[in-house]
Amino acid sequence: MNIVVCIKQVPDTTEIKINPATGTLIRDGVPSIINPDDKAGLELALRMKDLHDAHVTVITMGPPQADNALREALAMGVDDAIHLTDRKFAGADTLATSHALAGALRNLTFDLIITGRQAIDGDTAQVGPQIAEHLDIAQVSYLRKLDYDGKRTFTIERSIEDGYEILETEAPCLVTVLSDAFQARYMTVKGIMEAYAKEVKVWGFNEIEVKEEDLGLKGSPTKVHKAFSRGVKAAGELYELDTDEAVGTIISKLKEKFII
Amino acid sequence: MENSTYKGVYVFAEQRNGEIQKVALELVGKARDLAADLKEKVYAILLGHNIAGQAQMLIEHGADVVICADAPELESYLTEPYTQAMCHIIDLHKPDILLIGATTTGRDLGPRVSARVATGLTADCTKLEIGEDKHLLMTRPAFGGNLMATIVCKEHRPQMSTVRPGVMQSLEADTQRQGEIIMVDVPFATQKFKVRLVKSVKEKTSKIDISEAKILISAGRGMGCCDGLNLVKELAETLDAQVSASRAVVDCGLVGHDQQVGQTGKTVRPDLYFAAGISGAIQHLAGMEESGYIVAINKDKYAPIFQVADLGIVGDARQIIKKLNDRLKN
Ligand SMILES: Cc1cc2nc3c(=O)[nH]c(=O)nc-3n(C[C@H](O)[C@H](O)[C@H](O)COP(=O)(O)OP(=O)(O)OC[C@H]3O[C@@H](n4cnc5c(N)ncnc54)[C@H](O)[C@@H]3O)c2cc1C
Ligand SMILES: Cc1cc2nc3c(=O)[nH]c(=O)nc-3n(C[C@H](O)[C@H](O)[C@H](O)COP(=O)(O)OP(=O)(O)OC[C@H]3O[C@@H](n4cnc5c(N)ncnc54)[C@H](O)[C@@H]3O)c2cc1C
Repeated sequence: MNIVVCIKQVPDTTEIKINPATGTLIRDGVPSIINPDDKAGLELALRMKDLHDAHVTVITMGPPQADNALREALAMGVDDAIHLTDRKFAGADTLATSHALAGALRNLTFDLIITGRQAIDGDTAQVGPQIAEHLDIAQVSYLRKLDYDGKRTFTIERSIEDGYEILETEAPCLVTVLSDAFQARYMTVKGIMEAYAKEVKVWGFNEIEVKEEDLGLKGSPTKVHKAFSRGVKAAGELYELDTDEAVGTIISKLKEKFII
Repeated sequence: MENSTYKGVYVFAEQRNGEIQKVALELVGKARDLAADLKEKVYAILLGHNIAGQAQMLIEHGADVVICADAPELESYLTEPYTQAMCHIIDLHKPDILLIGATTTGRDLGPRVSARVATGLTADCTKLEIGEDKHLLMTRPAFGGNLMATIVCKEHRPQMSTVRPGVMQSLEADTQRQGEIIMVDVPFATQKFKVRLVKSVKEKTSKIDISEAKILISAGRGMGCCDGLNLVKELAETLDAQVSASRAVVDCGLVGHDQQVGQTGKTVRPDLYFAAGISGAIQHLAGMEESGYIVAINKDKYAPIFQVADLGIVGDARQIIKKLNDRLKN
């Protein structure tokens, strides 16, 4: 069984602050991490390795520093790592991102492709299903549990709003994983030592099977027209009052608004 | 691509177990605004089995045309049959705009369809409007709610977007409203059906749906534990309101996850949102800042909740609510 896990290096968005003067994101000093859903995906793959002797490859598309994310995955125990990087990939929306990743996946053998459900920076949850479409394989999103019969069949629990679905499908397929489904293991000291000795394959446009017009800015039907920090709504009234006055103010305001 | 052959504002009218979902009606409501700006029609796409009877409801809520595929293959949602049906309808009707609810169904279906028809998809939008050049401006939160981005898709059609449930407003049903219903036969390629639904399991959910509430009394960590929560419940009862909460309160197990407001909970827009002891983290604000009137009580006058509150009270929420309960009862 061959598994490929797609991971994205993301800024830890819980650490992001907005510059109040310019309204832009302050990214300096914000740590880069493996996207949380993808980390759960790595854990799922490694459990399949433990249970079914799966061979696990990890792939990321990103700038040179994304190498760190791959090293971390290697230290957790994955077998191979591929780093997709090329100027031609830059400026990609989800469609172009998924084309690049699918182009690389065409070079690999896989029974199962694992992506996170959603990256915490772009927040779209679109790349996984789009990869599955380009590769013409089945997808199951919002995975919270996976069983494998050791032959070809996966039984999957898929989270939905008011419960879950149980679905069955055969390899090859793509699943998108929720971060709280699998608690990721820690890197081992031995793993960390070995991770830096291992080779990470670096692939660019020439190494993958994809049309150039499907990549990067050119291959992106969506464009960010503008970005802004959420507008602060006109400040309302703020009172520092003693309890009685506060209660009186609340009641009169609610009456004024016909709420009570 | 010749964009001018693409016309009309289309909505994927999600149904589950034969029931049209609320988000579908919200999108039809929004589609009416967009269609008015473009001088085009609103189309609802209804997929299911023995479902055609529901079409009239979509018309009553604002659809001009319902395009319905009624087939056993579409009984329950599965990615491939639904993608085939959507793509068939897109090929046939050439929508200018296609809106899909950002539910677990919509966010599974949307990207698959957009990749198959090779167009753009904007995720989880909270605002939609028509720009000066008649393109759709799709605004959405990213970076965990820290940033808003307006996305356009100028060269490809349809302009597709998934839209967050609870954000757009549905119209009152007009039982007199007339519309057209078009039935389509989808030529399914069944050899591509690879996933089987074994069963669908409901997990315990309370009957309360906070996204439907007119008044929400929302508790944060500042209300403290049980007794504080009881004060909130009491106030809710008096005002005929529902109780909701921040994640901090949900995490400590005092109220259910289905009552959580925010990015990883529900988006709400009640007439009154009463935030008691909630700091107003960005992930919380993302779920409630569209509320009609926001009252916040917090002992910290710099709490970010005050930036969105219409009425902010700096003080001890427990004492104030206790007294408020007494006063309202007399
Ligand atoms: C503010 C902003 C808004 C945006 N809005 C949109 C939009 O609405 N529509 C759109 O099409 N694009 C949008 N983009 C572009 C989009 O963020 C990028 O294309 C991004 O590379 C992929 O999207 P994502 O981060 O949302 O990933 P998701 O689709 O959320 O990622 C899902 C999973 O796919 C895998 N994955 C994603 N990226 C990579 C990667 N580089 N390498 C390996 N695996 C990966 C991971 O397993 C990940 O968990 C936006 C960008 C910005 C900055
Ligand atoms: C990825 C992610 C997703 C998240 N999603 C959500 C979400 O969906 N919803 C959500 O709510 N949170 C979410 N959070 C968590 C969020 O960041 C905050 O931690 C959370 O909202 C805090 O809840 P709180 O305001 O109740 O508690 P706190 O932040 O602890 O605030 C308590 C407040 O009560 C005030 N206070 C204390 N005592 C009193 C008193 N006696 N009277 C009046 N005021 C008092 C304090 O001044 C303080 O402002 C998410 C976080 C992450 C990282």
